[in-house]
Amino acid sequence: MAGKPRLHYFNGRGRMESIRWLLAAAGVEFEEKFLESAEDLDKLKSDGSLMFQQVPMVEIDGMKLVQTTAILNYIANKYNLYGKDIKERALIDMYIEGMADLREMIILLPIAPPDQKDAKVALIKERATNRYFPAFEKVLKSHGQDYLVGNRLSRADIHLVELLYEVEELDPSLTANFPLLKALKTRISNLPAVKKFLQPGSQKKPPVNAKMLEEARRIFRF
Amino acid sequence: MAGKPILHYYNGRGRMESTWWLLAAAGVEFEEKFLESADLDKLRNDGSLMFQQVPMVEIDGMKLVQTRAILNYIANKYNLYGKDIKEKALIDMYTEGMADLNEMIIILAIIPPEQQDAKLALIKERTKNRYFLAFENISESHGQDYLAGNRLSHADIHLVELLYEVEGIDPNLIASFPLLKALQTRISNLPAVKKFLQPGSQRKPPEDTKSIEVVKRIFKF
Repeated sequence: MAGKPRLHYFNGRGRMESIRWLLAAAGVEFEEKFLESAEDLDKLKSDGSLMFQQVPMVEIDGMKLVQTTAILNYIANKYNLYGKDIKERALIDMYIEGMADLREMIILLPIAPPDQKDAKVALIKERATNRYFPAFEKVLKSHGQDYLVGNRLSRADIHLVELLYEVEELDPSLTANFPLLKALKTRISNLPAVKKFLQPGSQKKPPVNAKMLEEARRIFRF
Repeated sequence: MAGKPILHYYNGRGRMESTWWLLAAAGVEFEEKFLESADLDKLRNDGSLMFQQVPMVEIDGMKLVQTRAILNYIANKYNLYGKDIKEKALIDMYTEGMADLNEMIIILAIIPPEQQDAKLALIKERTKNRYFLAFENISESHGQDYLAGNRLSHADIHLVELLYEVEGIDPNLIASFPLLKALQTRISNLPAVKKFLQPGSQRKPPEDTKSIEVVKRIFKF
C-alpha cells in the first residue's frame, strides 16, 4: 500500500540532505520531486501540502511531513535507528542535537554576507575541533564500542558521518586529531547501503555551488 | 533511587522555560540550581556539559544537555509523546513549528534595539498567518480537545506555553483563534498546570532589561 517516500525540495543539499542520508543508510528507496521555480513552491503552499508553508516536505506512509526533525525522527523510529529504550534515545538526541548545531552553521555558510564569511568559517572550524569533535571522540573512547550508542548502529552514527564528510570538504585537516571519529567514518562508509550512497550516481547531492545558490535564491525568493 | 531532576540554568526563562512547563504539567517535582558566571565555568571544567552549554538537567543518572533531548526524554518518560510513531510524527511536526516561533521570541530579547521593531513585526505576522493558523486548522479538523491522538501530549503543553508568551507580546494576536483560546483555558485548568500558573510556583517572569543584563554577564556576550 505504501509507495516509496517522496521528497519535496530543491535539487541541492540544504535541509533535506540529512533525510537523504538516513533513508539511504536504512536501505529505503525514495523518490524526489525537485522544486525548480518559485511557482512550484507556491503551488505546494496553496494546495495545503505544507503545514508551515515550508519545505522540506516528505510524503511517507500517508502523511505529508514537514520539519526536518519530525521527518528524521519518524524515519529513525520506523527503521529502528533510534536506540532500544528512552535512555538510549536521550543520549542519541543529545548527540544529534549537538551535531545539528554545527550543521546549521555549515548550511547557512553559503548565504552569509561576503564580509562575514571568513569569520563564520573560522567559527565552524573552532567549534568543530574544540567543542563537537572532542565530545564525540570522548564518547567513543569512553565505551570503546563501534557505534556511538548502545553498541549498535543508530541515526547518531549516520548523522555524525555525514557531518564528518561535510566538515572535511571545508578543510580535510579538521578530523586529523580524532582517530576514533575517523575509524567510525570508515566503518559506516563501508556498510553496504552507505557505500552505495557514496558512489557517483546516487541521490547524494554535491556541495553547493554558485549555480545552485542562484537557483535556491530564485525558488525561495531570498 | 532517582531523586528529583535538577535543572541547571540561570534564573530566567530562556531555553529552560519549556522544560519547566513540561515537568510541571507532568506533575514532576524538580530542583533548580541557578548559575552565576563562576558556576558555568565550574560545570564546564568538571565535564558536566557535553557541549559546554546549558540548559543541563540531571535526571535518572544522566546529565542531559540540548533542550530537545531533555524535552523528548521527559515526554517519553511521562507518556506525553503519543501512542505510536505516526502520532509521534505529528507531535514532532507541531512542536518543531512551535520551536521555530519560540526561537524568534527568545532572540528578540537580545538583538540590537534598532532591529527590534522589524523582528517584532515579523513575529506577529508569522504568529497570525503561519503558526496559530496552522494549529487552529488542526484543532478544527478533528474537533478534539487535544492536538494529537485525542489525549494530552507535550504538543498541547508547548502550545499553551507559546500562547501565554505571545499574549505577553500582544494580547490581540490570539483574538481570531477561538479553538486555541479554548485549548489554552482547558490546559490551564489541569490541576498540575493550574498550580504552575499560580504566583509562587517555579515559573519565571518575562525577561526585562535587568534580567537580560544578568544573562549577558553569565554567558559573556
